[in-house]
Amino acid sequence: METLAMHISNGIIDGPVAAVFAVIALAAMAYCVMRGRQDLDDRLAPMAGLVAAFLFAVQMLNFPIFTAGVSGHLLGGALAAMLVGPWVGALCVAVVLVVQALVFGDGGVAMLGLNITNMAVIGIAVAYLLIALLLRVLPRSPAGLAVTAFVAALVSVVVAAMGFVLQYQLGGTTDLGGNLAGLAGTMAVSHLFIGIGEGLITATTVVTVAKVRPDLVYALRALKPVASATAPTVGGVR
Amino acid sequence: MTGVGAGHAHVLYRATNSPVHRLPPEVKIAAMVAFTIAVVATPREALWAFGVYALLVAVVAALARVNARWLLLRSTIELPFVLFAVALPFLGAGERVELAGLHLSVDGLYGAWNIIAKGTLGVWASLLLAATTSTRDLIVGLDRLRCPQILTQIATFMLRYLDVLVGETRRMRLARISRGDDPRFVWQLRGFAAGIGALFLRAFERGERVYLAMLSRGYTGRMPTVWQGSATATTGQWLIAATVPVLAGTVAATAVALT
Repeated sequence: METLAMHISNGIIDGPVAAVFAVIALAAMAYCVMRGRQDLDDRLAPMAGLVAAFLFAVQMLNFPIFTAGVSGHLLGGALAAMLVGPWVGALCVAVVLVVQALVFGDGGVAMLGLNITNMAVIGIAVAYLLIALLLRVLPRSPAGLAVTAFVAALVSVVVAAMGFVLQYQLGGTTDLGGNLAGLAGTMAVSHLFIGIGEGLITATTVVTVAKVRPDLVYALRALKPVASATAPTVGGVR
Repeated sequence: MTGVGAGHAHVLYRATNSPVHRLPPEVKIAAMVAFTIAVVATPREALWAFGVYALLVAVVAALARVNARWLLLRSTIELPFVLFAVALPFLGAGERVELAGLHLSVDGLYGAWNIIAKGTLGVWASLLLAATTSTRDLIVGLDRLRCPQILTQIATFMLRYLDVLVGETRRMRLARISRGDDPRFVWQLRGFAAGIGALFLRAFERGERVYLAMLSRGYTGRMPTVWQGSATATTGQWLIAATVPVLAGTVAATAVALT
């Protein structure tokens, strides 16, 4: 199994900024643990594990971004948000990052806060907001679901990549001067392509799962107007 | 690989018996994280400090019977960042120096050194942890470090289902080939991409059966104590493992004081 690193590694961002983001990430994860506990039932537990395993495998696919020497990869945030919901989804991504950092040296341990903020917090939040919005707007058909998954994946990947640019601006260990805009541009364009690939994978996976086992798609569970709907509340139907 | 335990071991685990292998996992995780933080906190101008860290890594590697060649080969994981580092002296702003006919940024040179040195030391530290701790022990260690149960649960299933996922992929590929598909090189991707949704479902249904079987055998979200193997760390073991991060911390503090 040949793996390449792609998360922020030690020494790219300076200590104080890394520490600030570690606090942000820790707070966000603590909240996700609280909310996730309520979500994690007998159906979601194995699904969460599988989603995490899937992300773990998928994140090993890497695309080098030649000009800056930074590489990009699939994030899988939208897939996680779609199948297990935002809270457990964020935890899945965080677990993947922690295990990668601890035993694969992929992404520095001291930079975990930055990586978790980008991929587990920003990535999932953007993806889930888009999913919640688009599922209400678009027709409830496989095509609508596919478009939702595609757009959520694409946008969340690009926004998460911009998170890195922001962090680099705040605490990059080397002052790039005017080249920071170049870094932003490279990251945006390359992650646009990665986002397209990720969007396609997310859409095919989610549509297949929704066709065969719609009960497994978290995003659809909250929306589905059950025939015998006695409680017409928007949120906690289940 | 040791027969029964093979499924739980991972690619990076070196199954030997050494003083480092015998340390409880929670101690090793804590030491590794503390060491990495000390390394990252070191000012990049203190070149000597990184030499001391490398020496510490070498000593632990020798104790753990991990050979240098394996460690170096596995370090290629950080190659993309090395490339980024190489670009920095050219991209960096500010003061510039003339070096071998090249016009380089001083800040960029230090930046490149910073990334390569800290990145490499971090990778070595995690590789040593991986080489001496099986994934099962890793989760036991996280559990003992008071990691929320929901996280260790997801991690347990993730590591368990990775094998399921790999197994299903292999089975589906065999099935395609036996039905006349003749995948070569990149064209394998087409069949794989078309089947990715099916792969996910098959893996899930298999995983669900595993999960239900576990539930019916008394699984409550936490692995039974028998499974946890070795006892929790003694004070002595904590003290032994603390030597490395304490040394690294002292070096970092000295480096900060000197610069």
